[in-house]
Amino acid sequence: MNTAQGASRKIPRPEMNPETQPFWDAAALGKLLVRRCLDCGKVHWYPRSRCPFCFSGNTEWQPGSGRGTIYTFSIMRRVPVPYAVAYVTLEEGPTMLTNIVDCELDRIRIGQAVELRFIPCEGGGALPAFTPVFATDFPSVAATPTAHP
Amino acid sequence: MNSGRGSNGSACIVGAFEHPTRKAPDKSVAQLHAESAAGALADAGLQHSDIDGYFCGGDAPGLGPISMLDYLNLRVRYFDATELGGASYLVHVAHAAEAIAAGKCSVALITCAGRPRSEGVAVGTKPAVGNPAQPDRQWEIPYGAILANMYGMCAARHMHEFGTTSEQLAWIKVAASHHAQHNPLAMLREVVTVEDVLASPMIADPLHRLDCCVISDGGGALIVARPEIARTLKRPRVKVIGTGEAVKGQMGGMVDLTYSGAAWSGPRAFAQAGVVPADIKYVSIYDSFTITVLLQLEDLGFCAKGKGGSFVADGNLISGVGKLPFNTDGGGLCNNHPANRGGMTKIIEAVRQLRGEAHPAVQVPNCDLALAQGTGGSLGTRHGSATLIMERE
Repeated sequence: MNTAQGASRKIPRPEMNPETQPFWDAAALGKLLVRRCLDCGKVHWYPRSRCPFCFSGNTEWQPGSGRGTIYTFSIMRRVPVPYAVAYVTLEEGPTMLTNIVDCELDRIRIGQAVELRFIPCEGGGALPAFTPVFATDFPSVAATPTAHP
Repeated sequence: MNSGRGSNGSACIVGAFEHPTRKAPDKSVAQLHAESAAGALADAGLQHSDIDGYFCGGDAPGLGPISMLDYLNLRVRYFDATELGGASYLVHVAHAAEAIAAGKCSVALITCAGRPRSEGVAVGTKPAVGNPAQPDRQWEIPYGAILANMYGMCAARHMHEFGTTSEQLAWIKVAASHHAQHNPLAMLREVVTVEDVLASPMIADPLHRLDCCVISDGGGALIVARPEIARTLKRPRVKVIGTGEAVKGQMGGMVDLTYSGAAWSGPRAFAQAGVVPADIKYVSIYDSFTITVLLQLEDLGFCAKGKGGSFVADGNLISGVGKLPFNTDGGGLCNNHPANRGGMTKIIEAVRQLRGEAHPAVQVPNCDLALAQGTGGSLGTRHGSATLIMERE
């Protein structure tokens, strides 16, 4: 079982800017933030200060549930350490680009429920990633974001 | 039968030239642009001094038109450096036609060139480099998101939703290789089978090595001119009758990888041209990967969404065999992909077909209506799409 593929691949630190630094600061502490519009109520991805749906500037960071399902994925084979990129559709609505880690790559499937993991970057910081939840009773909607109270 | 079609009969492609090189370690990028420009001028029967409009994309070295117009020593009255990645040149033809219609210029030069092969840029699999000012890439680069696996995700989702198979995708490469065998300049001239594609190494699931385009040096150039000028020249006239452009991205997180920007640029071009997909005799379809072709064919309406797999199978894209001959030069999958930008060569092969100057083994009989489709960027994240419909006058 390849459990270390996320950690053993060299992961560059994200090139953050003032608009996105709070996200990456939280990620370094093991917290996933999402950006919600307080006017239209929608969560978007990737996070930005102005809502891409209604263009309101009235948006804020909120804790993400860290739960979602795999929309699609691809396993990169032509590299020293194979890894899985994926789009994961979050419980909050939007779909984010990410990695699937801490599992056998060949067991990844579209539609799998996933939960949050963090993988360290070179030189500090961490990336939110996901790992499959193989239980069948995984709830589709969580009452509270328990991953990051 | 075709007179009066479309509302943009205001410009003709009068010169087209594909640089013959596939590896040019001894030439500069600017030199390849200039050699391509000279080739297109000679093809058109025009002079350097006739050019009064210039178009280039992000492959132009230096400060785009500032550097290139100085290098080429052109004094033009109109220029445009719209950057849409590999689709740039299709947009340039559209914008040149509009500029000519508006009286802003009369003879427009469009150039493309680059040397990724000599420079060792394996663009499909190399780690990307970020820039904190770029809003999107910080969310992608750390995850190892590169071209091959982003297109792999498009293919995986298409397979999941529609039952498309690797065998069906492989038929796209097989068709390209059937055409490339007749092109002495093509990098990959060997005819391959579905089994060959499936046996090639997996690069990024579900895309194999032979699902990916080649990496080549090279370039190309086009001359677009006012119809009055076109009629004074000796070459067959290729009229631009419909154009469309679009950018599609992640839509705030409402990601849908089952269609491309061609679903938006295509209908715009068809509406302007006043034709429908069934009228088209030949298509040049951007082919960075096999899945790129399949998605665009569906989005342009050559078959229903989700039916691309069965549409491309069994040689349907092979000239003389199937119903929709595509990329008869071998395309990016087999011939070349200069500057990692396949849009220029897509237009050039469509021009050859409309002039009746494609290789006799792949020439489409009475090819009077052709479409060229380009994408630039990545179908897996965000990309530009441009559609051109051209008619032999």
